[in-house]
Amino acid sequence: MAEGLEVASGPGAAAPRLDMRDVHKRFGATVALAGVSLTVESGEVHALVGENGAGKSTLMKVLSGAHPADRGTMRLDGRDYRPRNPLDARQAGVAMIYQELSLAGHLTVEENILLGMEPHTLGLIHRREVRRKALEAIRYFEHPEIRPDVPVGRLTVAAQQLVEVARALAVGCRVLVLDEPTSSLTRQDVERLFALIQRLKDQGHAIVYISHFIEEVKRVADRVTVLRDGKSVGVGEASDLTIEQIVSMMVGRTVQDLYPRSPRTRGEAVLEVQGLAGIDKPVSASFALHRGEVLGIAGLVGAGRTELLRTLFGLMPVRSGTVRIGAYYGPASPTRRWAQGAGILSEDRKEEGLALSMSVADNMTLSKLKGFGPLGLVLPGRQAAAARRWVDRLDIRCRGPRQRLLDLSGGNQQKVAVARMLQHDVDILLLDEPTRGIDVAAKATLYKLIDELTCGADGREPKAVLMVSSYLPELLGVCDRIAVMCRGRLGPARNAADVTEKDLMLEATGHGDAA
Amino acid sequence: MSAEPLEDLPAAARANWLQWVNRLGPVLALAVVYGAFAAKSPRMFSLAAVETITIQTVIVGTAAVGMTLVIISGGIDLSVGSMIAISSVAGAYLLVKLGVSPFVGVCGAVLAGAVCGLFNGLIITRARVVPFIVTLGTLLVVRGAAKGLAQSAPINIDSQWITGFVQTLGDGERWKLLPPGGWMMILLAALFWALLRYTRLGRHTYAIGSNEQTARLCGVAVERVKLWIYGLSGACAGLSGVMLLSRQGQGDPTGAMGYELDVIAAVVIGGGSLSGGEGSIVGSIVGALIMTVIRTGCNLQGLQPWVTQIVTGAIIVVAVALDRLRHRRAT
Repeated sequence: MAEGLEVASGPGAAAPRLDMRDVHKRFGATVALAGVSLTVESGEVHALVGENGAGKSTLMKVLSGAHPADRGTMRLDGRDYRPRNPLDARQAGVAMIYQELSLAGHLTVEENILLGMEPHTLGLIHRREVRRKALEAIRYFEHPEIRPDVPVGRLTVAAQQLVEVARALAVGCRVLVLDEPTSSLTRQDVERLFALIQRLKDQGHAIVYISHFIEEVKRVADRVTVLRDGKSVGVGEASDLTIEQIVSMMVGRTVQDLYPRSPRTRGEAVLEVQGLAGIDKPVSASFALHRGEVLGIAGLVGAGRTELLRTLFGLMPVRSGTVRIGAYYGPASPTRRWAQGAGILSEDRKEEGLALSMSVADNMTLSKLKGFGPLGLVLPGRQAAAARRWVDRLDIRCRGPRQRLLDLSGGNQQKVAVARMLQHDVDILLLDEPTRGIDVAAKATLYKLIDELTCGADGREPKAVLMVSSYLPELLGVCDRIAVMCRGRLGPARNAADVTEKDLMLEATGHGDAA
Repeated sequence: MSAEPLEDLPAAARANWLQWVNRLGPVLALAVVYGAFAAKSPRMFSLAAVETITIQTVIVGTAAVGMTLVIISGGIDLSVGSMIAISSVAGAYLLVKLGVSPFVGVCGAVLAGAVCGLFNGLIITRARVVPFIVTLGTLLVVRGAAKGLAQSAPINIDSQWITGFVQTLGDGERWKLLPPGGWMMILLAALFWALLRYTRLGRHTYAIGSNEQTARLCGVAVERVKLWIYGLSGACAGLSGVMLLSRQGQGDPTGAMGYELDVIAAVVIGGGSLSGGEGSIVGSIVGALIMTVIRTGCNLQGLQPWVTQIVTGAIIVVAVALDRLRHRRAT
């Protein structure tokens, strides 16, 4: 099995490592894949891009044996490949690394790497052999903290990801699929991951790289396949394609007016923060948020942006500093903040933002169950009527307000979370990564909505928006002012028109001029 | 309530239909079990049998109403049996040792249960210990307190009013259909059904069970809601204690031993999910009825108690397994 580390790479080999042709898959009436072809050579990094719902995850499920294909052929090194289940696929040499890692946190690195294939005699594990194989699998990683005897739960996310890669290599994988591998990594870790991918490539592994970040794809991939509406609509050399070309292939139209911008008038300061510090992060943050503006907060993952919003909202304790919302000072709690006219959108939609087993209507009205009946009663009919208004307004695709959120797509779920703030009619919207993991159409709806809210469309009073995002083009497109957070400290807010992506990135990594 | 909106998609119609089957699942199960036993011994079909079944369901059913709230919120209460016992002792103590009127005695018993429930709630929310452990502890604490209060001997009462709650009706009272205790359980169930469906407390209970973090993010006062939940559950256990007092004619500190398992089983058979967010009052009452029907039916068949026990246990597991299977289909 350890031989799997040295996969025979054959520049002269005739058949590609992985060859998927015209794969079809439908679920009931829904066509998920309508003819996808994907060819990956050994020693190649092949990127797969597409909007949410374009069929990426279905394709990967077919590849990994979770679903059988209805039609089409798959070949692995020229031989027919028809996995009956994920285990079958793994044994054939197709390994998937998902966004949500699947490691046993209490077990050590080496136990995880060899889980399910421990060398043993009559159930007794050969510990030395385990150690040797584990060391062999992790020797490529420039992460000194990954020692074979450390419990995986104590490692950083980046290191855990590498352990998962090591596990894939230890079973002798021929095709390695990475699904959004950088979404939860810091900048440095992304660099180290890219270096690792380069090395694996040089050893002749075939890598399928799925990502939302087109910039990344251009850097790391040799070729790109674009999926749209369940079809592969284009494939090309990554170096030949521009970002604009890739994006317009993804959306099937040119991206114009993605970030609408109506004239906005800046009003009074509704949220003023002076020297705010939390227990660990933020270290210090001062700013003022005005009506009729969008203030963006840029920074790296782990810089303390989420913690800033949570501290403001009373979800994390305050160490020092003052916060004024409207006329209110004093201790914060989520209950008080909602009452003071502020609302928050959590970055973690599934775990915190929404109660997925409850209905659309319940989720939209949870923060304010008032005005739905006499005597403080909550009449489900009126609740549903209120929710239906937002379903129509935000174009939320669902069977009705009583449908459970579980069956909705990510973009529609996110719209429900945003609708909660609109239903509550808050003045201050704290948005934490509002467009994470949602498709371009849903993003466009949100950008348009944010613009309408801040410019005070249909005679309503303009609202104030504080928006955290890791996607710089989005911040530059949506915000009026942008401040950068670096290691828990929030820098000064500057006009979005005066800064570039490069400025922001430099400042976020601690190399900005202190201006 | 306003009219149900029309959703014109065929998928919606199918989903609604499935939802109805899901909701009616426990009722269907009850009908099947009842029908099966009645086919064997026609005596099960008589009004007298229905009355007996009700009488024997009242104690567990009343407590199950409160437990439904707890389980929907994602919690658990293992101390219910002990709370039933201490409430019956408290009621008897008030009546006999302090000589209060029966009505005050009943109120006192309910209050005793509510206090125990609040105590559970306080530890769970303040000390942030998981409900399973807290109530495992109070199971012993409350049981001990009941024994201490009663000085380890049952306290006999002679209030005709109270003992009449769960007695077979005399010939002159047939028009009542069920003994007062049965009607009290039904009224309580109706109240709690409305509470869950039409009040903020009810919605917040579901929200906490579905995703506590979301509830907190949305400004739900999670701690306060939990206090209410455990307090109300305790009050239900208190009323259940009154039924025990009525049934036995004495406040028995060793009574209702192990009832917590029956109560939890009733909720779970009725569609409650131990991971929270799901459960219904009607389901829980039906769950309690199913268990009584099995016991009564087995008795009428002349089966040994050990057989009854095995059958009950098996039915619990089968009922819940079927329920989960249905759920997987529905989603």
